[in-house]
Amino acid sequence: MEQLYRRYGKGLTFMIVSLTAFWLLVLVILPDFKLLEASFRPYLPVVDIGGPKDTYSLGNYAQILGNPVDFSSFGLSFQIPARVKVFVLTIIYSGMVTLIAFLLAYPLCFYLAKVVSNRSLPTLFLLLFVPLWVSEVLRSFAWFIIMTLKGPLNAILMALGAIEKEIRWVDGYSPVVVTLVYAYVLFMVFPIYNSMQSLDNNQLEAAEDLGAPWWRVHWRIVLPHSKPGIASGSVMVFMLSAGSLLVPAIINSTTGNWFTQTIQGIMLEGQDWNTGAAFAFMLLLFCTVAVIAAMRLFRVSLSDIAR
Amino acid sequence: MQLNRKLLGHIYMAAFLLYLMLPLVVMAGAAFNDSKLPTVMPWKGLTSRWFVELWNDNRIWGAILNTVWVALAVVALAVPIGTAGAILVNSVNGRVRGILYGLMVAPILIPGVVIGISTLLFWHQFSIGSGLHLSVLGQVSYIASFVMLLVLARLQSFDHGLEEAALDLGASHAQVMRRILLPHLYPALGAGAAISFFQSIENFNVTLFTRGGADTLTVYVFSKVRTGITPTINALAFLMIMFTLIFAIWYEINRRRKAKIEAARENDARRATALEEAV
Amino acid sequence: MSAGIELDNVCCDFDSFRAVDHVNVTIQPGEFFSFLGPSGCGKTTILRMISGFTDPTKGVIRIGGEDVLGQRPNQRPTALIFQNLALFPLMPIWENISFGLEVRGVDKATRRRKAEELLALVDLPDSADKMVSQLSGGQKQRVAIARALAVEPAVMLLDEPLSALDLKLRQHMRAELRAIQKRTGVTFIYITHDQGEALAMSDRVGVMSQGRLQQVSNPREIYNNPVNGFVASFVGENNIMVGEIGTRADGVAAFSTALGPFRARIAEGVTTGKLYVRPEFMTLSDKPGAENSVPVTLSEVAFEGNFISVHAVTEGGTTLMAEIRNDGTGALPQTGAAMHMAFDAKNAAILPDANVTRA
Repeated sequence: MEQLYRRYGKGLTFMIVSLTAFWLLVLVILPDFKLLEASFRPYLPVVDIGGPKDTYSLGNYAQILGNPVDFSSFGLSFQIPARVKVFVLTIIYSGMVTLIAFLLAYPLCFYLAKVVSNRSLPTLFLLLFVPLWVSEVLRSFAWFIIMTLKGPLNAILMALGAIEKEIRWVDGYSPVVVTLVYAYVLFMVFPIYNSMQSLDNNQLEAAEDLGAPWWRVHWRIVLPHSKPGIASGSVMVFMLSAGSLLVPAIINSTTGNWFTQTIQGIMLEGQDWNTGAAFAFMLLLFCTVAVIAAMRLFRVSLSDIAR
Repeated sequence: MQLNRKLLGHIYMAAFLLYLMLPLVVMAGAAFNDSKLPTVMPWKGLTSRWFVELWNDNRIWGAILNTVWVALAVVALAVPIGTAGAILVNSVNGRVRGILYGLMVAPILIPGVVIGISTLLFWHQFSIGSGLHLSVLGQVSYIASFVMLLVLARLQSFDHGLEEAALDLGASHAQVMRRILLPHLYPALGAGAAISFFQSIENFNVTLFTRGGADTLTVYVFSKVRTGITPTINALAFLMIMFTLIFAIWYEINRRRKAKIEAARENDARRATALEEAV
Repeated sequence: MSAGIELDNVCCDFDSFRAVDHVNVTIQPGEFFSFLGPSGCGKTTILRMISGFTDPTKGVIRIGGEDVLGQRPNQRPTALIFQNLALFPLMPIWENISFGLEVRGVDKATRRRKAEELLALVDLPDSADKMVSQLSGGQKQRVAIARALAVEPAVMLLDEPLSALDLKLRQHMRAELRAIQKRTGVTFIYITHDQGEALAMSDRVGVMSQGRLQQVSNPREIYNNPVNGFVASFVGENNIMVGEIGTRADGVAAFSTALGPFRARIAEGVTTGKLYVRPEFMTLSDKPGAENSVPVTLSEVAFEGNFISVHAVTEGGTTLMAEIRNDGTGALPQTGAAMHMAFDAKNAAILPDANVTRA
């Protein structure tokens, strides 16, 4: 702070500090506190707000527990509340999106970082950037078109004779997963590339020279070196997927509901902001725990993730 | 063996690019198909009627205008806020730095749904109702983090000796900021402004909960997909892809030109050094 | 317009570390003054205190007779040349040079003209519109000097500005700096750890060690009459002998060592110390000298061009050095030869250790 004052004088220091304070307090911290506070209050008609019925309770949170449905996973079959099921499936499928994105991105990153010549690299990156710049809503929309019943995917498969009747692709969670992977795979590519690219080529050659087969070179050298990038990419893709509303809403698979859609229903269709706040806070809490767990698991810091 | 692996790499790269591009091509292609539904198959003949319909769709133009206004407002707020944050975090050390940095980065990882709802509730208690102004504030809260990261990276390559040199030559603090620090940060500020603009246009989650009744492009496209879709959206998509491509090409040309100038300067310096050694 | 500088009992602490310890010195207007010392001796801190980037913990700094405490760097009549030069990479050369004028509100045409004048002064014409990245190391050096001169400072402060250059260029720039200083008449305060640089350029040199000023004098005095062991061994080389001071008369004292009894100059009030003799004052002969003579065996003889460097070992195993002028006959002493090394009492001094009492 004193350094700041020495460099920029009174006026500018004041401006810098107050802009940052406005951002962190008014735009980030206080709204999240308000969210937490509102989540404990009941949904009341306007006249009752502040009245005797306006007391703090866990009622909103309890709402996630209603309406039990069948759930089967890993060969086990039991009953769980419908919203808990959606929450759990959102997390499981977000994890799946992350894994698929990683599997797709890893070979590409290795190619970009270690195989391709430096001259063509900027052009390749530009080509990779183009879909990223085309908005997310259009990227999801593209897959919506591809996967519709009368869409090009069915048409091509039928023309090839691979299928006899059109398949309903938009069913369950797979179309959502496919579209999420397409929408977010580049957020996996860039961080992994960044960390791989700093790997010294001599290390690869030394390992090969010592007789390591290609998979061992990757397992023992490339993979550990790219760990911060993998952590960063995985956290980004997982967070984006679990928090995505646009992609599941556009694909609109009735049997593949996302937790964000549940929140949207409560907030906008039910207009119950307090329960919405409670559900949103649960999502926030889960995300925080997930990020911290990922940081512990990969042994990286926040500055590694946010690069 | 080595060659094979390289070939495999090239093939994978090509396949990956195809995977990225093909859906966009399909979508753009549907803009020219004379069919009521947005599809390329069956192909019912080339038409430009979707572009005409797009041109005549007042709601879409309203949404575009809204989107651009919101994006400009986000740029105008997020760039100074993110820059101030970066300068602040760069001038403190130790624990305080860690905490500040964590707070500034966290909004990137907070789901948009949460940001949208918390912003709505927070301002609602002051009787400030929903509308695009809240969308701007909600978007700034996490877009400023991107700006902060970009500017912080650039600050790390900044020699604070330059500020001291300018002060020593009699510059005021404001002059140091305007003539020395900001020019060094310009590339990061430019990139920050571009990212803020695109992120804002992209935004759906925050906007959906805070917008009130106003449309932005993403919200409009979303509601169209839901309620009955015509290939006007594809016409719009085609235009946006073209816009992106032109921007990308312009960027690439600019980059090459700059690299050339920099190389020429380095050459000059080498020649001057050689001359000096000969003296 | 140049100004003198007074440092009056100046101290500077960083937490518990005392970087500058009670420094007193008066620098005359128009003088070329160097602070010479090893890294970490506090010389850069002195420079930063004069320019206003660091405040003294204690003591007074006067520039042109005026106490400058509380004046910020941009208010002081000083111009600093940074070790890494700190040229503004995004401005063309002429804007770099005229930046100090720009911030004072001078109009563009005047600024441009002034920049061209200064470029001519530092012997770098036709470079006004180049960028910093187009220049060589020496050229950048000149631009930095021109930029500092542009604000017509009363005092120029130079923080090892030549350290990045290679040897030959460094020697060339020494002469250049000296010439610019003479031409402009500005007070130069120069910081360096290179004794050759300090001795060759300066009117006076202040030798520093561990935050304390050890000696302030002209270069000849510093070299020929160092006041203590630190100055003697930091500036130039020495043969150092440990021993006891004996009887003294007329500024010369007896000094008994393991190598035998010697005689050397001694200052009043010196009660303990070591004996210092520079290698060039050692003579080499087949016969023992009248006094201050030691029998040795030559262990290493190196022909260096203008002189011959000789290392020799005494019976006790001590190594002594001598530098013999090349007289042009081509005769070199032989390694392994048994000879006698001797020196004149007036060329040797008994000196106390460095003046250090750090808080």
